[in-house]
Amino acid sequence: MKQDPLIPEIGVVTDIRTDTPDVKTFRVVGLDGKKPFTHIPGQCAMLSVPGVGEALFSITSSPTQTEYLEFSIKKCGCVTDWLHAMEPGRQITIRGPYGNGFPVDTDFAGKDLLFIAGGIGLAPLHSVINYCRHYRSRYGAIDIVYGSRSMEDLVDYPEILNEWSREDGIRVHLTIDREQPEWDGHVGFVPNYVRELAPDTARTVVMCGPPVMIKFTLAALMDLGFDRTSIYTTMELRMKCALGKCGRCNIGTKYVCKDGPVFRFDQLDELPDEY
Amino acid sequence: MKQIAKTELDTLFAAITAEQKLYIPADDSAGQAQFTLWRPGLALSGRLNTARSAKDLFFPQVENLVGFRMHAGAIERVETREEPEDFVIFGVRACDCRSFSILDRVFLSEPVDTFYQMRRAHATVVTLACTRPEETCFCAAMGVDAADPAGDVTCWLEDGTLLWRANTEKGEALTEKLPMLRPCPADAADAQQARTRALMQKLPLAKLDLSAFGAGKTRALFDRPEWASLSEACLGCGTCTFVCPTCQCYDVEEFRDGSSVRRFRCWDSCMYSDFTKMSAGQPRPTQRERFRQRFLHKLVYFPENNDGVFGCVGCGRCLAKCPIHMNIVKVIKTLGVTHA
Repeated sequence: MKQDPLIPEIGVVTDIRTDTPDVKTFRVVGLDGKKPFTHIPGQCAMLSVPGVGEALFSITSSPTQTEYLEFSIKKCGCVTDWLHAMEPGRQITIRGPYGNGFPVDTDFAGKDLLFIAGGIGLAPLHSVINYCRHYRSRYGAIDIVYGSRSMEDLVDYPEILNEWSREDGIRVHLTIDREQPEWDGHVGFVPNYVRELAPDTARTVVMCGPPVMIKFTLAALMDLGFDRTSIYTTMELRMKCALGKCGRCNIGTKYVCKDGPVFRFDQLDELPDEY
Repeated sequence: MKQIAKTELDTLFAAITAEQKLYIPADDSAGQAQFTLWRPGLALSGRLNTARSAKDLFFPQVENLVGFRMHAGAIERVETREEPEDFVIFGVRACDCRSFSILDRVFLSEPVDTFYQMRRAHATVVTLACTRPEETCFCAAMGVDAADPAGDVTCWLEDGTLLWRANTEKGEALTEKLPMLRPCPADAADAQQARTRALMQKLPLAKLDLSAFGAGKTRALFDRPEWASLSEACLGCGTCTFVCPTCQCYDVEEFRDGSSVRRFRCWDSCMYSDFTKMSAGQPRPTQRERFRQRFLHKLVYFPENNDGVFGCVGCGRCLAKCPIHMNIVKVIKTLGVTHA
């Protein structure tokens, strides 16, 4: 009999990078040392520590990374506490990929892109951004607005500074919530920063962050004249199966695990306000 | 069509049991009917339906998925799946039989749930037509014909005779192994069917109006103020989901014993407060949202995703069992009144 989709494979955590005081990035390969599976930017995977639990995480690495998968994970519950306490070399379980992912090869192709992220919300966008960088000629201008509570809370700060910021055609706009002595960049919340930047409304927007940031940034984009059909986000609800069967991640008729996690705002408008 | 005298049921059941396991509705010590493994002398319950639905036999309340053995940071995966023997479920009512086709839409759609699929493949479903529906029955409103249930075999109990009709290859295969079944006229069940159908039409809930529900009705129903009063007394006990033949939500949990871990799944309920609770928040913070989810799922979301089929079979168990006497019929009647 075919292996059930609920049964995971064993993976090995080969590297753990501390990004911020509460975010670490975990590099995962299969027992054969290879990347466990291929994915589309925006897709997720179920990771588990047997005896602790299983939870869904977005895949942070780009599909163009052929050797491993990476997950940037914020410490905020049982499974993530355990992951944060572990040492490299330990094994976990992994199954996936799940979800629809971003339309990187269709709707995004040829477009000028605006990425807006807050805090750990950069994790799912990281995969898209690096995919777009890899296939740079397929996309137009790329602007990245990224904010967090403090300088220390900016995920992937070295990569942003040393790689993203230095590439032609990519502009990075960082902001932190409150002044810090060593920070000479923008200070303020993401929604207000987006208003100040007043990006071109022809841009396709990819947004992820805490609900309050999404709410006010969406309002800012509406005021600037953006169309909801060109704004994408990725959702997160509690899941057990990630297969559309355990029955808990639905928003009305749609299951975030299989119909999402990526939705356009005009698609979300069709769903009841229960997320 | 075949037949056998009701007094010979033991002979029939014994012949089935010679080849495979057999479950029949039998009264337990509390006087409730439950699907029970047949043994000589076990009598068929006279009750209309089992207290728990027949879904247990395909989607058990608890089932192991996989095991893990942990040693020095390494994980070894341990197979825990047990292939069941072939089995026959006898006496499934039309409503519960319909519930199997609803569960099939969930578990047999891609990606297929192989645990459920395995049990379905091993089972032969023998249904039993109803003759004395109860006041809580509303299967007719859900498009179920209690007088002619589906299944691999359909049976009718009539005046001391059991009528037997094979419907599928599986049903034919079972019938061939049961020589005690004697041929009888093809219309032997017709009179009973006509009587039952006439009776069904007289039931208080037979004409339940479902026109306000189904695909595309989310917007019209989601923000209706009545959800507050309908859910006000709900205890969130989950009894309705427990007895429901179509409720299929599950949890995945683990049991740890030293260095070995058993991952299992068990029934869960959207009526429970932690069903959707996350470290990041709670999309259904009060019983109102949980209650609304359960009924909109059965009456709108499920039909929208499944060719208009409602996620309810009208068995009436939730009407009989809810401790505060709330149920899907009251929801349908309350929200079915459309406001201009």
